[in-house]
Amino acid sequence: MIIRNQYITNMANNNQREDGRQLDQFRQVKVEVNPITNAEGSARVCIGKTDVIVGVKLSVGVPFSDKPDEGVLISNAELSPMSHPSFEPGPPNEASIELARVVDRGIRESHAIDMKKLCIKEGEKVWMVNIDTQVMNHDGNLIDASSFAAAAALKNAKMPHYDEKTEKIDMEKKTGKLPLADLPIAVTVYKIGSKLVVDPTYAEEQASTARLTVSTADDGQIAAIQKGGTEPLSIDEIRECFRLSVERGRDLRKLI
Amino acid sequence: MKRADGRSAGELRPVTIKAGVIPNANGSAMVAMGKTIAVAAVYGPRYLHPRFKQKYDKALLKTIYMMVPFSTNERVRPGPSRRSQEICKVTREALENVVCLEEYPKSVIDVYINIIQANAGTRTAGINAASVALADAGISMKDLVASAAAGKIGDDYVLDLAGKEEEETDCDVPVAYIPGQDKISLLQMDGKLPPEDVEKVIEMAIKGCKEIYEKQKEALRERWAQKGASA
Repeated sequence: MIIRNQYITNMANNNQREDGRQLDQFRQVKVEVNPITNAEGSARVCIGKTDVIVGVKLSVGVPFSDKPDEGVLISNAELSPMSHPSFEPGPPNEASIELARVVDRGIRESHAIDMKKLCIKEGEKVWMVNIDTQVMNHDGNLIDASSFAAAAALKNAKMPHYDEKTEKIDMEKKTGKLPLADLPIAVTVYKIGSKLVVDPTYAEEQASTARLTVSTADDGQIAAIQKGGTEPLSIDEIRECFRLSVERGRDLRKLI
Repeated sequence: MKRADGRSAGELRPVTIKAGVIPNANGSAMVAMGKTIAVAAVYGPRYLHPRFKQKYDKALLKTIYMMVPFSTNERVRPGPSRRSQEICKVTREALENVVCLEEYPKSVIDVYINIIQANAGTRTAGINAASVALADAGISMKDLVASAAAGKIGDDYVLDLAGKEEEETDCDVPVAYIPGQDKISLLQMDGKLPPEDVEKVIEMAIKGCKEIYEKQKEALRERWAQKGASA
């Protein structure tokens, strides 16, 4: 593994990658919309061999007391032991919690969902939006795959019918869509050697020393950032990460 | 007799089986029985931690059954439940007889079963997927295990209950069957029925298992043909 990390790092320093891609090039991205009909919305995203399913479930619950007129957004991610030999079953660990929170932050802070419109009765009943990420096969770049799948799932989610007269909710009858604004797309830039690389494979991730996830809106504004890894980044590198994230984010957005 | 989804009494839901769906796993399979979709992945035989759990004369078979949170109409809380833990146990016991564990002493074979969509019959779909995934991993096996459930609605014995039928039936009997030995490795029932009726329900389930067995073999043949072509 140390030898392979060295090898990948040397290649990156020479602007090369194991699979022949450019440093700023994604693998093939495939999106399947609503593969899970039991969920209100779902999407399966494959980036190369990375395979992620996101399901959006809607339920009715009690709002938080400090925001009585707003719906609730809950994100969760499962790094299923099925998806990689190194993952073990058990309660969510650091990595899966970070993944869920980064996906959550982009959606929450860009105000992609109009939470006020998810209020049914102030202080009593609101819609709860559960975004569950299930990793099926892990070959790197889970954050981008998950956040992209979450965006696709939200975009295609259908609201269960709420009858205002009887105050009853019919989960079977689906009417309308979620009140959505522009959805943010997260693109993570990894530092390998002295170079910046997007969409790493698992092996490339192992060789990287730092990463920066930037969620961008359609107009190029930034909605959320997360830095990971131990290597510090210079302001010039961060600027370059922003540029790459906006650009690749635009390419991805065209697919949904 | 016509059923809610238009099937006849002894008819399975449309069954699709595909081997080799998780590239990282040593073996994997996806089984769709109507709207129920199970994915199984096998890792191993591999080193077992901690060492005191190792068996000196055979491998340990571990099965982990899990429903993903968005698989049902009402969200499932992630993490093990009493129900899922019981299913892990009966699934392991249904499979253990056909896997040649004595060939892999001191190691572990991990079988992960994820139900990505649930519409009745998840444990049977899970066993079907796990069995194909084990074979796909190239692990020595005496046979495949096929599984199906049956029940009785009114006077009719019905195969492979789906959706609301689980509530209508007098009993729900999941069966796992080893065709080569003509033996049953999983049998559960809930309901209330005289013994002779239960026997007929089991017969009905075995008929379904035999059909699934053919589909499992077909999926593996397809997979090997692919592997052969790419090698």
